[in-house]
Amino acid sequence: MLGKMDSDMKQPHSRAEPKHRLMTRLWHWVNAAALIILFMSGLNIFNAHPRLYWGSYGSWGDPAWLQLSRFPGWATIPGYYSLADARMWHFFFAWVLALSLLVFMVVSLINRHFQRDVHITRNEWRWSTLRSDIAQHLRGNFTHGGGTYNVLQKITYAVVLFVALPLMIFTGLTMSPAMAANWPWLLDIFGGRQSARSIHFIVTWALFAFFVLHIALVLLSGPLRQVRDMITGGTREPEEHI
Amino acid sequence: MARHLTRRTLLTSSALLAGGMLSGCGREFHKSETVRKILGSAENANFAVQRALGDRMQLAREYDEADISPDFQGNGTTNPATAEYDAMAANGFADWRLELTGLFTRPQAFSMAQLRAMPQRTQITRHDCVEGWSAIGKWTGVPLKLLLDKAGLEKSANYLVFHCADRLSGVRYYESIDLIDAYHPQTIMAHRLNDAEVPVKNGAPLRLRVERQLGYKHAKYVQQIEAVESLGNMYGGKGGYWEDVGNYAWYAGI
Repeated sequence: MLGKMDSDMKQPHSRAEPKHRLMTRLWHWVNAAALIILFMSGLNIFNAHPRLYWGSYGSWGDPAWLQLSRFPGWATIPGYYSLADARMWHFFFAWVLALSLLVFMVVSLINRHFQRDVHITRNEWRWSTLRSDIAQHLRGNFTHGGGTYNVLQKITYAVVLFVALPLMIFTGLTMSPAMAANWPWLLDIFGGRQSARSIHFIVTWALFAFFVLHIALVLLSGPLRQVRDMITGGTREPEEHI
Repeated sequence: MARHLTRRTLLTSSALLAGGMLSGCGREFHKSETVRKILGSAENANFAVQRALGDRMQLAREYDEADISPDFQGNGTTNPATAEYDAMAANGFADWRLELTGLFTRPQAFSMAQLRAMPQRTQITRHDCVEGWSAIGKWTGVPLKLLLDKAGLEKSANYLVFHCADRLSGVRYYESIDLIDAYHPQTIMAHRLNDAEVPVKNGAPLRLRVERQLGYKHAKYVQQIEAVESLGNMYGGKGGYWEDVGNYAWYAGI
């Protein structure tokens, strides 16, 4: 990692590479807005039937594994209960989420963001590396990654990008009767429409937990610099800001 | 520092603010034509893409007897409860007629006895309500295609409108589908649910099954099927009760 940075910096006339590339920054903010709108309109949709089931079917007469009361208006889009209006917001931003994720993934393979920054090396999978990284986090030292993502960050981002977001998209599609007819394997991999709906709900809250953790760590690790870098790109030399 | 604070306030909270603002926005904003037009483009995309991704005759999943829901929920109207309906129900719906009107070369009416005497299709399918719940039931009925063939659909017909016996908030329930769904093998006029007459709460004596769409498209208590060129001048003009009254999408594939 450091070797690559050294060679980059040795190139004459080349500007220092930004910490976050343009595509990463664009996607980050588009995705943030889409996720917030999807989350809040999703809560409005959930309010139409605040019960969850496993398997293919489930309704008022069937046993639910979770039953909640309605989420309050301040947490939903729109701020009043409207299944039809919430669905309009949800499906519009579902397209934004899915298409921007697709573009981001393709570009990040081409510009090697994934291979360079998110790929977890064999060395990093060692228990000793993981343990020392956890220890550093617990001590409140978040700048030990040498300007690149540390292993806990890599694992988190990989899970969000390659597990959580695709799960949201595909469990969402499974709930569509037309898509379930087009792609019946959706029903098989998630164990039925109501299971897909339950997984959609669970992963929603996993993403919410990520969101809270993400904001908390930004606040703890120099929020001004972190947010500025996610907008302007920043530079890859970490020591400069410490 | 002040510069940074302003910047931070602006930037860290911009996305959060967007969500909060949308939540705080009044009905006028969400109901405005422009917002609806922009958001509605996604519904058109769903329609186009979901149709393009599958064969037009692609079947919805059919289940086994063991998968049937213990109780098939009734939603929306669970009893039309008009004097005419009650009288027909008391008589076992012997006088119920399904009329085919509009753009047919041979408009005609069918009694329940005539419908039962026609070739039938039985399918165990999942009913998905727009609210989120699902129920699995075994439906038996006449494939809609057979009725259309008998009445002879005219070339100018683009949609079928299903007029129902029930009223919600004083407005007659109706729904509509296009011809792709009309000719789909699983689209049937069902009169039996789980080996018995369709219960009143589920649409007795006759309801539409259009298995690749959500529950509100499956018109219950159907009295008349009208073939039309366009939906614009029917009722509220959006092709269905919930489409007119509640702004639900006409294409309910998701």
